[in-house]
Amino acid sequence: MAAEEGKVDPMHQFTIEPVGSWAHWEIAGVDVTFTNSALWMLITTVVLIAFVQMGNKRQLIPGRWQMAVESLTGFVDNMVQANIGKQGRKYLPYVFSLFSFILFANILGLLPLGVAGIHPFTFTSHFTVTGILAVISFSIVLLVGFWKHGLKFFTLFVPHGTPLPMIPIIAPIEFISFMVRPFSLGLRLFVAMMAGHVLLEVLSSFVIDGTNAGIGFGVLVGLPSFLLMIGICALELLVAGIQAYVFALLTALYINDAENLH
Amino acid sequence: MPQIAQLAETFSSQIFWLLVFFGITFFVVGRGMVPRVMDTMDSRAKQITDDIAAAQAARDQADKEEEAWRVRENENRARAQALIAEAKAEAAAKSEKKIAAAQKRLDKKLEEADQELAATREAALGEIEEVATDAAQDIVSRLAGVTVTKPVASKAVKEALAHG
Repeated sequence: MAAEEGKVDPMHQFTIEPVGSWAHWEIAGVDVTFTNSALWMLITTVVLIAFVQMGNKRQLIPGRWQMAVESLTGFVDNMVQANIGKQGRKYLPYVFSLFSFILFANILGLLPLGVAGIHPFTFTSHFTVTGILAVISFSIVLLVGFWKHGLKFFTLFVPHGTPLPMIPIIAPIEFISFMVRPFSLGLRLFVAMMAGHVLLEVLSSFVIDGTNAGIGFGVLVGLPSFLLMIGICALELLVAGIQAYVFALLTALYINDAENLH
Repeated sequence: MPQIAQLAETFSSQIFWLLVFFGITFFVVGRGMVPRVMDTMDSRAKQITDDIAAAQAARDQADKEEEAWRVRENENRARAQALIAEAKAEAAAKSEKKIAAAQKRLDKKLEEADQELAATREAALGEIEEVATDAAQDIVSRLAGVTVTKPVASKAVKEALAHG
């Protein structure tokens, strides 16, 4: 625990706990306790809905909020259209939801609300969550692929122009790389978010312990760590955006595979 | 690592709440709001394109009208110039005629005046001769006591006048 011996446990921030003793819920024997993780999913959803709703004024000349929301939707729309093409519009709701949900979760998890006693929980640093999102994306790819192309979808594993003798070798490799997609998709986000939060926690423990150990250690260890933390915080904000973008971009790319084959 | 340590006890709750809240996000934001935002953007883009097209059409129309106006204007100007030239020529001819008439009248008057002058002069000369003849007769009769007949006196006066 953090309080013992003044030590900071960098992994403690990922602990899932019920928000209260009343929150131990069950549905049909399945445990659905309302945890801090669920609470921050709720906050993310509410903030995201509020943000988009504020920009959903449908004015001809957009105000600031509308401009912000339209930039975001326009950005995702461009990405989807660039990767999938004209028929990509129908995947925009899903890709936009995915992108903005992850983005808001990442950024909300970085907010320095701990100062006010509220501890943000970054649920994207749990592979249960990122894994589910990846599985949803992967399922959409499979559904679209088999729906549109039927068994021809399997030609995805034989790239265009592969010489006949190479097919037995190429196809398994392609198949493996295809099957690895949901794992890489989910793990990438989970690892990036967790690593950043652990790094910030470790550095902050350096600042706290260094300063507690005396003025010499404070200047020698605490101050540089603090400066580094400022930089890492900026970097983490960047990573929060990039990881959300990468997740959405790869989803769009995979959907493109299913939509257009090769 | 709580992600692994708590996996067994939390995964059902995690999955359930993620599906609930991501589902809400998808249906409310993704399906509900995003299409309307995109619709707004599309209609704006369409309106801008339409407005530009309308402006282009109006400009073309204005250009065409200006061209037509220019042609008409040129025609009008040419016609006006023709009219002016015609009026000028007419006026010139008229004034020439007037001048000629006036000249004729003047010439006539001048001639008449000349003739009158000549007649008057002749008459005056005749009178002078008569007076001179009378005077000569008178002078001769008084000085010499000789009566000179009128023809003789007149002849002498004439001679004197011619010499004189």
